[in-house]
Amino acid sequence: MSKTDFPLSIDSRPVYGVFEMRAGKHHLMIADAEGAEALLDLATAAPADLWAKTHIIYIPKTTGKKYLGKLQALSPDQFYAGPSYEAAKQRIADTFSKAHMGLQVYLAGTEGLMGQAMYAATSAGIPHTAIQTEHRGSTARRMQCVHCKGITEDVTHDPFICSHCGLNLFVRDHYSRRMAAFQGVCIDAEDPGNVPKSVGLFK
Amino acid sequence: MTIQFNDETFRDDFSFKNSPAAIKRFPFPFHEDSYMYSVNLEPHTKTRPGSPFEFAFDVDEHYVSEMKDRAVTLADDPLRCQSLPHMTLAGWDLLEYIMEAKARDYPDLFSLTKDGNIWHWENKPLEIDQTFIFLDESTLPYGPMEYITRQTQGDFALLDQRDDNLWLDAGMITSQADWSLDFNVGMNFFEWHAPVPKANEMGIFVRALKFLLNLQQGAPARRLNWTMTVNPLLDTSPENYHKWGPMKTGLTIENIGSKQYLRVELQTLFRLPRSNAIAFPIRAYLCRFEDLMTVPKWGRRLHRVLRDIPDELATYKGFIDNKPLMLEYLSRFDDGAPTSDGIWPDEA
Repeated sequence: MSKTDFPLSIDSRPVYGVFEMRAGKHHLMIADAEGAEALLDLATAAPADLWAKTHIIYIPKTTGKKYLGKLQALSPDQFYAGPSYEAAKQRIADTFSKAHMGLQVYLAGTEGLMGQAMYAATSAGIPHTAIQTEHRGSTARRMQCVHCKGITEDVTHDPFICSHCGLNLFVRDHYSRRMAAFQGVCIDAEDPGNVPKSVGLFK
Repeated sequence: MTIQFNDETFRDDFSFKNSPAAIKRFPFPFHEDSYMYSVNLEPHTKTRPGSPFEFAFDVDEHYVSEMKDRAVTLADDPLRCQSLPHMTLAGWDLLEYIMEAKARDYPDLFSLTKDGNIWHWENKPLEIDQTFIFLDESTLPYGPMEYITRQTQGDFALLDQRDDNLWLDAGMITSQADWSLDFNVGMNFFEWHAPVPKANEMGIFVRALKFLLNLQQGAPARRLNWTMTVNPLLDTSPENYHKWGPMKTGLTIENIGSKQYLRVELQTLFRLPRSNAIAFPIRAYLCRFEDLMTVPKWGRRLHRVLRDIPDELATYKGFIDNKPLMLEYLSRFDDGAPTSDGIWPDEA
């Protein structure tokens, strides 16, 4: 099962919903990995003409070819599968910049993907009321090191080592929509070297 | 000039010091012998001549050195000053507000003359003489918010008001109590306060926001907040926490009086006229324990407040590990005598 019940957290931490079918002139769906399942679930409730107005941008990550065939079988108007969010970033920005009124946006999968795509959408002036999110799959976090500002993707353990500056960071729930990342802060600043055992908190 | 400006540092050799007059006017934040979060906002009106509440923007003996420290911090990390594109007008509002207030309240230090939109600003302590066109960014060396806050003590946040919320969309933040402007810029009121424990469930932020959304022009408000800092550091940013954090471990009963500082923030709130944004200056005042102890009332009270403070708050404010040592030191100054109401020293 790809769904997660997140524990109650602080106010800066995003919450995600469950897709509902909405009327729209165009539909842009951006998903990664198990996020494909949210699109396939949506398909069971979708009107027949939905897919002819839909552009799917999909990043399989570790799921490989598992969902590719099923997504393509929906026969969307445009379909793209790419190796990483970074690789798809220009396509996503371009799509938002050319979007018209009446576009509905669906973001599904990991928090890192939804957060980055959400920021791209709102920066392009897409109203937040036209954007839906549904979390599926990994709960690994996209972390920003507050010290060197470097981003470490897919963090599963707390504390973890910053992939850029090498400091030992603890994982906060404090979240920046602009960074699309949680904040990592040095855990042993007051007692260098005294780092608690790293625990796998996210899968 | 009426104020003798100190030549002092807030880093490296930490030569910062308060004169006896500065100690006496220190905005001690506890009006009674205990502390818990509250909204505690009051009108920012001219109060108590000589105190930090006398004028809209307090200028004191640390002014010149604080501005030098800010310039060093900004050279190292320009992201301490950010303004989202729609906040430029609020920056001009702030510049006007500060220039007019300082020229009015400290005429021997600052002057502002206007010939239509051509303004002439003189800042004598910092030796700045600037002619510029109001609302024309190309006539200043920095954006308007950065320009004026490089010349004004305290951190500054500019809050945009929309959707019944306040948005932290611009700021000059170089002397903060451990929060990152670069991470928080663009957040709404509840998001940027999210890490504060207890206050949310107490309904503090809902009430504070309701008050602030209705803040009127010409009716600024203020409150005091506080934390603890080892050494007189202005830059206690999360960005540099791995550099200043180790200083917190060097305290002993012998040196705590000179190394442990009470850090008080005078937070003020001004509605700005053109942008309808709120200017939120956060001015930090530092006073080491042994200087505070020269005021008997403060010695007694600080001991009682810290003795009774919940561990959760001491943890959030970052002094839980040093709390036993603080109490050991402070208890010597608490003879159990009653204290008078209010924050100021008793008149001799």
